[in-house]
This record gives sequence, C-alpha cells and structure tokens, in this order.
Amino acid sequence: MMTSQLYFEDVEAGDSLGPLRKDPTTRQLVMYAGVSGDFNEIHYDQEYARIHGLSNIILHGALKNAFLAQMLTDWMGDDGEIKILSVQYRAPDEPGSPVYCKGLVKTKDVVGEEHLINCDIWLENASGDITTPATVTVSLPSRTNSSTAF
Amino acid sequence: MPNNSIITHSLRSAIGVFSDPVFYKVDKDVIAQFARAIGDCNPIYTDESHARSSRHGRIIAPPTFLRSMEPPLPGETYSISYPEVFDGGSKWEYFEFVGEGDTVSVSTKIIDLKERKGSLGPMLFIIRETIYINQMNKKVALQRSTYIYYQTES
Repeated sequence: MMTSQLYFEDVEAGDSLGPLRKDPTTRQLVMYAGVSGDFNEIHYDQEYARIHGLSNIILHGALKNAFLAQMLTDWMGDDGEIKILSVQYRAPDEPGSPVYCKGLVKTKDVVGEEHLINCDIWLENASGDITTPATVTVSLPSRTNSSTAF
Repeated sequence: MPNNSIITHSLRSAIGVFSDPVFYKVDKDVIAQFARAIGDCNPIYTDESHARSSRHGRIIAPPTFLRSMEPPLPGETYSISYPEVFDGGSKWEYFEFVGEGDTVSVSTKIIDLKERKGSLGPMLFIIRETIYINQMNKKVALQRSTYIYYQTES
C-alpha cells in the first residue's frame, strides 16, 4: 500500500483523518502478545478474562495505540513524523468486532523550521463509542522549501 | 485512622531511579513481524528497495515498535498487593526514527505513585517514564505510561 505525501500546506483545521477500520481477531491478539511480550491472559484466554471480571477477552491497549499510529502514518506519508502521541485506554475493546480510528485537525503551527499539526484522534467501537481518546502533534514537510526540508 | 496505603518502602524508594539499561538489536525480521502483528502493510517496514529510496534510506520500524522492548511491569519488580493491573495509557515523544541496524537501550523509572478510590474500588496508579537511546547515544523516544493496579470486586 503506497501513500502519497502530505504537506503542511495541504492541511486545514477541521480536516478529518481516517477512518481506518481494523478488524482485530483473537489470532491477532496472540500475534501481538508474541511481538510485544505482553502475555497477559486477559487478551486470549476467555476463562481467565471472566475470572478477572471481564465479559470477554480484550485488546492490548498498546495494540490500539499501534492502530492509531497506523492511521497517522497512512495519512502523513513517509516524510511525516509523529512528534508527540498521547493515548488513554478509557474503555476496553474486544476482538471479533471492528474498531475505527478517526481524527480531526485542530491547529497548525510553525515553530522554528518545524511545521506542526495538532490533532485529536480516537478509536471508536462498532457502536460509535470512543474507547481510546488521544492527541497527537505531527511534523509535515512544507512546500515553501525547494528541497524536502522539515 | 489506620493508614490504608499499599505503597511499600521499596516501591516508594524506587521513584526517580532508572533501571539498568537493557539493549535490543533491531533488524528487519523483528520489524516485519511487528508490522504483521499490528496488520500494517506499509512497505516502508518490509520492502528494502522502497525503504532505501525513501528519506530514511533504510527499513524503519512502526511508531509503537518500541513496545516490543517494554520493561517488566512494576508489579513484577515490586510487591504490590492489588493483583489486577490495567494499562491506562501512554504518551510518546519521538526524537529519532528507529530502523534496521539500530541497537536501542531501554531504561525506565517510576515518576509518580497515586492512590485513589474509584469505580474499581481502591486503586494504585503507577506512572513511569521509559527512555530509549540508540547506538549513537541519541535519545530516540520517551514513553510516559500509566499502570492502574486494583483488586477485583468479588
């Protein structure tokens, strides 16, 4: 999947990011456990999850973080950079149901030579509830320089 | 009034103390595995010729790849009498890209402890900061993360 490059001048406050739909499965949670080292059974063992007060196994918070980061890198293109990404895991998400990464551009800022975009982003479940609110500051290349300076 | 704090002397003494660094080698196979696990098929993570012709000049890792180097949970190092734990969230600050060929050192310190009563009953919030430094001694990222320890209501 090739993405085009987004430039600072292409973005306006109020622009939307995403939606990026992800369809997490129990298998994915097992794969994510393997690469992250987070083998907490609440992510793949139904019985364990129930004993520990959950109605179902749940996604790793950090996997949801990864989904949101993917929405950002897809949106920005390879020359964009995430500077600050802050996520809160307010409510659990379960595998077997789609989740949607979405966002909204809030402000644009030039700080020295950096061209920064601040966004609210979030993960929504299939019912439209925001389970994972987040904020992000990214740096994008600017068309005002002849070479790709950031 | 009895003190109901579960914060041990050992835990409180840990505030502000960095753990010994642990070193991780980053190669294209671990990057590809991580990208596969999160379901991100961006070729910058797997396609060498695409990555070489990009600004990065090499295969780079997805932004949250550093979670593959996560230090042990506080409850694995210190005695915490609440058996359950939730990941409350993370704040990442990024300074350099991480990619194929890097070696990253990882060290963490607890920066705050908070006891609260909430919907889950009594809770202990542990906030820690993890610092990632590459082989050129450049800081690549900081992660501030919150862990919430609590007891199951039974």
